[in-house]
Amino acid sequence: MLHNLLLNIDAGTIDWSRAQFALTAIYHWLFVPLTLGLAVIMGIIETIYYRTQKRGDETAALFWKDTAKFWQKLFGINFAMGVATGIILEFEFGTNWSNYSWFVGDIFGAPLAVEGIVAFFMESTFVAVMFFGWHKVSRGFHLASTWLTGLGATISAWWILVANAWMQYPVGCEFNPDTMRNEMVSFAEVALSPFAVSKFCHTVTSAWIIGGIFCVGVCCWYLLKKRETKMALESMKIGAAVGLVAAVLAAATGHKSAQDVSRVQPMKLAAMEALYDGGTGQGLKLIEGIEVPYALSFMATNDFNGYVPGINDLLNGYTRPDGTREPSVDEKIEKGKQAIEALAAYRKAKAEGADEAAVDAQLSIIKANMKYFGYGYIKDKAQVVPPIAVNFWAFRIMVGLGCLFILFFAVVLAGAYGFPKQLWQKRDITALPAWHYWVAIALIPLGYIASESGWLVAEFGRQPWTIQDMLPTWAAVSDLQSGSVITTFFLFLVLFSTMLAVEISILLKQIKKGPDASHE
Amino acid sequence: MTYDFLQHYWWFIVSLLGALLVFLLFVQGANSMIRSLGVTDEGRRLVINSTGRKWEFTFTTLVTFGGAFFASFPLFYSTSFGGAYWLWMIILFTFVLQAVSYEFQNKIGNFLGPRTFQFFLVLNGILGPLLLGGAVATFFEGSNFLIAKDNMIDATSLTPIISRWANASHGLDALLNPWILILGFAVVFLARILGILYVINNVNDDDIRSRGSIRIIGAAVPFLVLFVAYLVHLLLKDGYAVNAEGYILMEPMKYLKNFLDMWYLAVVLLAGVVLVLWGIIKTIVSNKYVGGIWPAGIGTVLVVLSLLLCAGWNGTAYYPSTAELQSSLTIANSCSSEFTLRTMFYVSLLVPFVLAYIVYCWRAIDKKKLDKEEIKTEHAY
Repeated sequence: MLHNLLLNIDAGTIDWSRAQFALTAIYHWLFVPLTLGLAVIMGIIETIYYRTQKRGDETAALFWKDTAKFWQKLFGINFAMGVATGIILEFEFGTNWSNYSWFVGDIFGAPLAVEGIVAFFMESTFVAVMFFGWHKVSRGFHLASTWLTGLGATISAWWILVANAWMQYPVGCEFNPDTMRNEMVSFAEVALSPFAVSKFCHTVTSAWIIGGIFCVGVCCWYLLKKRETKMALESMKIGAAVGLVAAVLAAATGHKSAQDVSRVQPMKLAAMEALYDGGTGQGLKLIEGIEVPYALSFMATNDFNGYVPGINDLLNGYTRPDGTREPSVDEKIEKGKQAIEALAAYRKAKAEGADEAAVDAQLSIIKANMKYFGYGYIKDKAQVVPPIAVNFWAFRIMVGLGCLFILFFAVVLAGAYGFPKQLWQKRDITALPAWHYWVAIALIPLGYIASESGWLVAEFGRQPWTIQDMLPTWAAVSDLQSGSVITTFFLFLVLFSTMLAVEISILLKQIKKGPDASHE
Repeated sequence: MTYDFLQHYWWFIVSLLGALLVFLLFVQGANSMIRSLGVTDEGRRLVINSTGRKWEFTFTTLVTFGGAFFASFPLFYSTSFGGAYWLWMIILFTFVLQAVSYEFQNKIGNFLGPRTFQFFLVLNGILGPLLLGGAVATFFEGSNFLIAKDNMIDATSLTPIISRWANASHGLDALLNPWILILGFAVVFLARILGILYVINNVNDDDIRSRGSIRIIGAAVPFLVLFVAYLVHLLLKDGYAVNAEGYILMEPMKYLKNFLDMWYLAVVLLAGVVLVLWGIIKTIVSNKYVGGIWPAGIGTVLVVLSLLLCAGWNGTAYYPSTAELQSSLTIANSCSSEFTLRTMFYVSLLVPFVLAYIVYCWRAIDKKKLDKEEIKTEHAY
């Protein structure tokens, strides 16, 4: 390969490209969940404003309008950073993962284009009406714009999660040896993949949790300061209700996601559990040494005695309870190499005008081994084991905090509505000892930690693949010197960190300033 | 619908998005003139708030342009973005700065101060159009890249990469080509013209309007000189043709031939130029005329659309390689599969609906022009 002599790449390019994408994704996910979560909360609040106004209750309507405007201000401060970091992510597929862009662009590009056409324009059009249209459009149009802004953001999440789910579970495509890429054969299979449905439901509900935690935390700060009490209490009821519903749904969709992972990414599940030697009736480790009996089997298969393979089983091959055998990684590597060699022979035969039988013979070998094509780029079977410690702890942090949030929202909601009466007879949620409010405020960063941990599990667990079993990271990267990627990594690190610091500073000042106090 | 039709259709859609993007660069153009259009703090805020209500459209069009290119011509996406790394990274970097600058600059708690973010807006206002214009020029001037799909079957190499840049500058080499710079600066001045026309239309302020109608001369003269120079160069230069077998070859005056073969594109180009000139000249000569953005904007879309279609249609390599002619990209050798293009064709039928609600909302917001009173009493940047 004469052209390969011109390669700029070194091993550092791969790791720094991964680091840069991870950095951008992690920062992006600091802003997007609050956008998705607050969109629901401010939509509900503005709906209440619309209804009270329609009833003719001017005082109540003014209160709800000010409340809606307050949350929209916080939404706006956060919104721009989500948009800014999002564009980098989209273009980084091309800039840092050029081989990936060609090898699966035929499938992967479509959701991104649909996202742009259907979701981004909806979001960007109606967000302008939401911010600037209070006195320019009717109340109904404004309310619709607020909901459509949130809907646009949610549809955007749908399509990008379709794309991400496809990387975890590539469906609806076939390899074309003439174009040297995978090509889409079923848009419905890609867009409605069960993995995508679970991922979307789990991710969006987890974003609503962040919206709820943020809303309740901000309200608790006002209660702590004994300011804006009415707005804080009413907003807290909405934030906690949204948060509780979302947290319960996230638990349910999380269970479904775990089953999907168990089915299509068993190595990820084994890494999440640090399970080296699997079997039936597996327990779920709470931490190393303490486990809930049979819980892992149930989580993965909905059966307390279900079979869950461990890392060693997956590396060395194993026989399932139904008698079918999963090949070892070495066998998969061999099959992958056969696919690549047959592909080379196929292209050579075609270029030399060989007879049809010779071409078809190579094509048959390619098809027979295509399932393991990506393994042909694996040098050593240890490469297919994802980082275990990160997966193990990130999963526990996510699940542990998720359970805490269910309890938290339930308590806040009960307190806000004074339920049960006996317990809250002598207590007033607007006048509790200060530490109660501090706990709620402290949960805001924990919400983000839980959410980011979920993404760490999803993405670290897929390593070393960019697309599961199809394309490892080192076959997906762009031809760049590591120095270029290191430079842009640190440029983005400084830029994003500075902008995050500015955003937090502005948010804190805006919260301190409070809503326009016409209702007080 | 044949595969050939779908390839041409998607080149049209991508070209249309590119043309709309250049029109929407009026946001950048006005931002690059914040200080000369709005002399006082209040004036500057009026300009910023005026473009601040439209920046999302430019941004979204850029993202959609990228997404549509990815979906329809993935080999361009992987080759240009992965190869011209620095060119695209600088573009992205300035757009990120712009995205946060509106919301952050005048908020309490902004410890970097409003002037920092105004500087970011100016930076994006100049570099954004310059580099995007330069990127468009590479469609005619070529780029220094190589493509070898068989690298994918070299499993023994460290990384089996298909597309690569043939020098270490990763796109910055484009800025050494004077013709790329000429088109880049032409787009900078065009963006300024459109920015001035937009602000004149959108801001109800006599000072800014009268200043704008003078400043537009300073942008129009260099724009016309640069644009005419590039257009003459383009029509006379050798172009990158592709024959029926997919073989790339140089052809004298290929782009002139394209305009003659596709006479309707020449008509569109001329109509666009006339509309742009109409918008500029009428704004200069008439004190009361504030609608120049519409003929000039529509004219811009027509001119850019015709140029981009000329780059890709009629057997032309739209992304030529100066390193190895046969690596050049055409709409046939770089596009997605027929199935994907057909599926995306149906998705693209939503575009008129999207445009309709954008126009509806835009009109609703712009019914009352922006004035000093509004930025004191309403949500403002």
